[in-house]
Amino acid sequence: MSVTVIMGLYVFVLAIFVGWQLISKVPHLLHTPLMSATNAISGISLVGSLVAAGSDHGRIMTVLGSVAVMAATINVVGGFLITDRMLRMFKTRTQRAK
Amino acid sequence: MPPTVATVVYLVAGLLFILSLRGLSEQASAQKGNWLGIIGMVLAVAVSVAGLFGFERGEAEAAGATTNVLAVYGGAIALGALIGGFVAARVQMTAMPELVAVLHSFVGVAAVLVGLGTLQEAGAHIDLAHYVEVQLGVLVGAVTFTGSVVAFAKLRGTIGSRPLLLPGRHVLNLALVGGCLALAILGWGAPPDRSFSYLLGVTGLASLLGVHLVWAIGGGDMPVVVSLLNSYSGWAAAAAGFMLSNDLLIITGALVGSSGAILSAIMCRAMNRSIWNVVFGGFGAEPAKASATQAPAGKVRETNVAETAELLRTARNVIIIPGYGMAVAQAQHPIREVTDVLRKKGVNVRFAIHPVAGRLPGHMNVLLAEAGISYDLVKELDEINDDFSDTDVVVVIGANDIVNPSAVDDRASPIYGMPVLEAWKAARVVMLKRSMAAGYAGVENPLCYRENTVMLFGDAKKTVQSLLAALQV
Repeated sequence: MSVTVIMGLYVFVLAIFVGWQLISKVPHLLHTPLMSATNAISGISLVGSLVAAGSDHGRIMTVLGSVAVMAATINVVGGFLITDRMLRMFKTRTQRAK
Repeated sequence: MPPTVATVVYLVAGLLFILSLRGLSEQASAQKGNWLGIIGMVLAVAVSVAGLFGFERGEAEAAGATTNVLAVYGGAIALGALIGGFVAARVQMTAMPELVAVLHSFVGVAAVLVGLGTLQEAGAHIDLAHYVEVQLGVLVGAVTFTGSVVAFAKLRGTIGSRPLLLPGRHVLNLALVGGCLALAILGWGAPPDRSFSYLLGVTGLASLLGVHLVWAIGGGDMPVVVSLLNSYSGWAAAAAGFMLSNDLLIITGALVGSSGAILSAIMCRAMNRSIWNVVFGGFGAEPAKASATQAPAGKVRETNVAETAELLRTARNVIIIPGYGMAVAQAQHPIREVTDVLRKKGVNVRFAIHPVAGRLPGHMNVLLAEAGISYDLVKELDEINDDFSDTDVVVVIGANDIVNPSAVDDRASPIYGMPVLEAWKAARVVMLKRSMAAGYAGVENPLCYRENTVMLFGDAKKTVQSLLAALQV
């Protein structure tokens, strides 16, 4: 195995651990917003699609690449906006009175 | 731009995503968390687009060769942003589960396409580690894609919510995985064209696997399925990161994957099921045991709107338990009005939410919030379960399995051991139901036959509206 792969695994395992630590106490109230936000974040494959698209490909790969880019963008934009819309709904009585 | 700049920006974006998740795990900081995520994403995408210009490869080559490509991808981004923005602004909260399923499928598609692209580009020069990553990424991506599409169809009701249980389904799953493995091994070291065809084969088999895995899961398990697919979409992004040796994708994928896994675990615990049972089980399809099919002893007492209104008006403590039936009937808005009227009269009205109520983790909370119900009135199972014995009236709206006493006292019941809201401990229980049909799990609910339970049959929305009218007199 090359060094890059080992370093990748290293980062991977640490990030799993961080994610586990951060999320394990999330209240039920936030489950749906959390899911739509992580959904938006996993649209990071947009970056992947762009990086992969960077080099010179044939026509087919450009078409496939742009489909990937569009799908991932829908994910990112849609996911973040819907999360924001939902979070704005969560208010207490005192906040509503304002 | 030198590569080091890109690396630093990726690192910053990764940190922002971590902070974003931390923000999202608490109500007070959730909105800020979301914005940190947005900033991280903008940074990461900006750097990648700059990379597309080819600055890393030298300006001369960049100028001509990538202008067209950039136009194409710029168009794709613009179109995607437009669609995403439109959908996010218009979607109904009741349709959130479907939207989330669709969005998951996109991550799957992207991972598959990155995999195909990577193999195509590397050709014969690919090393074993990268080759394995490509195969894994395509496998996970394809399963995420087709699994999400089937979940979407189930949530929409396009295909029935009943699990599809083929004979020998475990063998079929194993055969599909084995087929992928075999194609991957055959493709290693083969000429690029053939290797690529084999990868397409893996894509096909994994797609079938995704369809089959999700189709075999019943409609009642949808909250787990959706969170599992959330997790898969993270792993798919991480796999893409390994293929491209991109640390940001690895970090982000791992974060999303583990957060989805935690949500799945929480959902499974709330149903007293193991994750393996959900993924491979086909729950609710085994012939129900004797005690579950027989109608429980006792008889059903029916009530009417006027009586219920009187009951609520004279109560001190009321707990409302909503289920997915409430969302289907769109009854949440009249329920908010009933809550307002009662609270003005000094009745302590609260809501009890079971973790798996609805079709998405936390779905009920969002629906109630959308209807304008303050979230401090909305309680989780652990917070409120001890209060039922102190409660005058419990109103169950479109919920069934989550208030089933068999989960506590009937060892033969398929849902025995599942944590439930102990509504029967209250002085009076009013159950709003369309008919006497069993819940998703197909289990009879003895709560309907208890002496302190009365049934109010009819469409939830109409019933609540007439209840509101009766209360306002």
